[in-house]
Amino acid sequence: MILKKSGAVVVMMVLLSGLSACQTKPEETIQTKLKSSVSESGVYSFMLENGMKVLVKPDHRSPVAVSQVWYKVGSSYEYDGITGVSHALEHMMFKGTRNLKSGEFSEIIAANGGSENAFTGQDYTAYFQRISSDRLELCLQHEADRMRNLQLNEDEFKKEIEVIKEERRSRTDDKPTSLTYERFNAAAFINSSYQQPIIGWMEDLNSMHLDDLSQWYKTWYAPNNATLVVAGDVDPQQIKAWAEKYFGVLKASRIIPPKPRREAKQMGERRITVKLPAKVPYLLMGYKVPVMNTAEDEKEIYALEVLAGVLDGGDSSRLSQYLVRETEIATSAGAGYNPYARQQTLFLFDGSPREGHSINELEAAIKKQILVIQKKPPSIQELNRVKAQVLSASVYEKDSVFYQAMQLGTLETVGVGWQKKDEYLKKIQQVTAQQVQAVAIKYLQDDSLTVATLDPQSTSTKKQKRSKPAAGGRRGH
Amino acid sequence: MVIKKSLITLCFLVAQSMAVASPDIQHWQTKNGAEVYFVPSNDLPMVDVRVVFDAGSARDAETGKNLSGTALMTNGLLSEGAAGDDAQVLAEKFEAVGAVFGNGSLKDMAWLSVRSLRDDRYLQPALINLKNIISLPDFSKGAFKREIERLKISVKAGKQSPDSIASQRFFAELYGDHPYAQPSEGTDESLRKIKLKHLKDFYKKYYVAKNAVIGIVGQLTTEEAKKIAMDLVSDLSAGEHAKKLPEVKALAESKTIHIDFPSRQSSVMMGQVGLARGDVDYYALYLGNHAFGGSGFGSRLMQKVREDRGLAYSVYSYFSPMHVQGPFMIGLKTRNDQLGEAMDIIHAELNKYVNEGPGQDELNDSLKNITGGFPLRIDSNKKIVEYLSVIGFYSLPLNHLDTFVGNINQQSKKKVDEALKRRIHPDKMLTVIVGAKNK
Repeated sequence: MILKKSGAVVVMMVLLSGLSACQTKPEETIQTKLKSSVSESGVYSFMLENGMKVLVKPDHRSPVAVSQVWYKVGSSYEYDGITGVSHALEHMMFKGTRNLKSGEFSEIIAANGGSENAFTGQDYTAYFQRISSDRLELCLQHEADRMRNLQLNEDEFKKEIEVIKEERRSRTDDKPTSLTYERFNAAAFINSSYQQPIIGWMEDLNSMHLDDLSQWYKTWYAPNNATLVVAGDVDPQQIKAWAEKYFGVLKASRIIPPKPRREAKQMGERRITVKLPAKVPYLLMGYKVPVMNTAEDEKEIYALEVLAGVLDGGDSSRLSQYLVRETEIATSAGAGYNPYARQQTLFLFDGSPREGHSINELEAAIKKQILVIQKKPPSIQELNRVKAQVLSASVYEKDSVFYQAMQLGTLETVGVGWQKKDEYLKKIQQVTAQQVQAVAIKYLQDDSLTVATLDPQSTSTKKQKRSKPAAGGRRGH
Repeated sequence: MVIKKSLITLCFLVAQSMAVASPDIQHWQTKNGAEVYFVPSNDLPMVDVRVVFDAGSARDAETGKNLSGTALMTNGLLSEGAAGDDAQVLAEKFEAVGAVFGNGSLKDMAWLSVRSLRDDRYLQPALINLKNIISLPDFSKGAFKREIERLKISVKAGKQSPDSIASQRFFAELYGDHPYAQPSEGTDESLRKIKLKHLKDFYKKYYVAKNAVIGIVGQLTTEEAKKIAMDLVSDLSAGEHAKKLPEVKALAESKTIHIDFPSRQSSVMMGQVGLARGDVDYYALYLGNHAFGGSGFGSRLMQKVREDRGLAYSVYSYFSPMHVQGPFMIGLKTRNDQLGEAMDIIHAELNKYVNEGPGQDELNDSLKNITGGFPLRIDSNKKIVEYLSVIGFYSLPLNHLDTFVGNINQQSKKKVDEALKRRIHPDKMLTVIVGAKNK
């Protein structure tokens, strides 16, 4: 294989969820205060008196540890006009507290040989450090500090918001497939906040104020809205003691959950074209599907995961086989599904056509594959292949403490509950070919489909200047 | 998770590929001359195998004029058909046992890898499949046509990315007629020129045991690892190790190229030829660059360009040591209308840094970060197997990892200052900018 055969967004989806090995349904954690419990997979969990959750996954292979603090807030908590505020606040979380000056936390971590960063998603904002396990206490101490003592400074904000706009230009505006994906999401969701880009619309970044961030910080940054996840060469009792010492003393807030904004039922296909300077056409298709949180029948979620595996779980899966190799219509084609979200999401397809083939042909070819699986359940070999991959992935993932912590943090923060991880393997093994066919029939329906097409325009700056914004624009190539 | 606060991880990766783990490395040769590096790791029931050939795009030029892309195509075509199995069957054979196959080709290295469960019911079929791919590729016409068409589209897609346009031009200008000048993925012209025969010849010459390094990490005894390595390459001819690459000539004077492109940001790549693997100045410059633009937050470039002025999200510098001198590079992306301001800062900072060197406190901070962070570099099988292949590929000493921290600690401000002055020449920098002009 010379190039990855999956399309760009499917690769993004993997980054996004990466969780091919865990799941769960909303379920109340019934845990006695301060009493820790150990799960089947060796995860210690306990809750501090102020309502903060702590999860510890010991792994003594190397003398290192990862600390992650997850907040239940992200772009899907935002409303019109302030999109991007969760991410902007994440940037400002490195700019000093009542106890540390701007950048000092980062300096401390660096001086101790650690690396640190943060990420914002639709449903979470998380801060992490990777460090020698004997320095871990520092991380907890200062994470607790910035949970409550952040000092938001106007001068710092003015510079940082420009950095964020540069980030937006770099990640989205100057990347044709990313920009197409942004417009696709905006078109696919009618009222769900998943229509908003995580980084925020440029218009909203232009009018964002420090007050928006202060408000956001006050609303969401509290111990009872956070989960600490620690994985690596650590002793759970020690982590518990440190967590109590540093986080346990913080006051809880009254957290008012976001409005549900459940997506209205789609009533027919939605279709957009995105015209911008580019070279290669690109297609995105998404069908509305339930996630673990919204599922009426959890079995469907596992079946949708297996469906994604049959279509695009490796180079032998159907999209590579039929679209890239046999018919040679696509240069890349992928499918993806992330069930670990607060709200209903999309079962995605994406790809680019080969030279000599059109976007329409590519779309027809993808739809043909959907039809095939709707008519006939996948073969036993295909099913076994997906199950073998899930099984082996559950071993491989243990090679990374960071990834193990990511899984726990994601599951807990999107509301699925980290315990679902323990059931995952078994539930996947139980999926039948008929169930896979059934979810394909039920959910991959044109009436809930959104299609976005990147229609490449000339990248020559000269032509653009002369011809002004032409009304119709030319077709690709 | 879409947004990270910075590109630290990315910069680190580049820097990290040179440091190595201190697990106990066992080393031997197969009968036909492949170098094997093995680290037993018993905690997880899995095995990683990585086979690296000196068969990257630096070898394209030895195949013929204007044939860039040959190395990448050859590497890619191996798994598109072997021992009579087509791409579909080969992929099924890995995936049916939950094995993960990987491959790739850059300027120096071309590699194939497999990650598998330890259980022989899964491991053995995966290894046999890998062996077939390495030693019995079919090079069928159909697969060749399909894959070269896909590569052409990838090259085309590169032309919609300011970074990719900048990078390609940067290497072309910096390396002139050296093989490193050519893009690994080829060009429109070269991809029209490449024929199946070129790939077959390339394969015969470079995919040979004496040109191979095998890294193995996993739940295996030494005997088991020996058998795996031996079997894997037993059908390869011994062949010869690829010859030494030509030396690189540094640019005699500075040069700036500005390519007009309708992007909102200008992508800047600025640099000169830097370090070869095993270079005497390696540790001094690695340390010196760390404080300048290699450490992300806390580095001078990040401080002056991003933290103080908000001019960029990403700004960094690195040395990329290769067989022969790889580049020293400074990278930056900024809104088109701030390009001048950002460039002025970069120039001023580079001049100052080369003249004065890092402050003693900066140097101490870097030392603490690099040495204190060493365990993080080797905390997974995945990282260790990659390091094994780097050690083997560049013939670094077996104790490279044990001595890494010591070698860094031996540096002093004087050594770093001298190395910077000797090796970085601010008056001979190549600068490539891609972005909308006059905005």
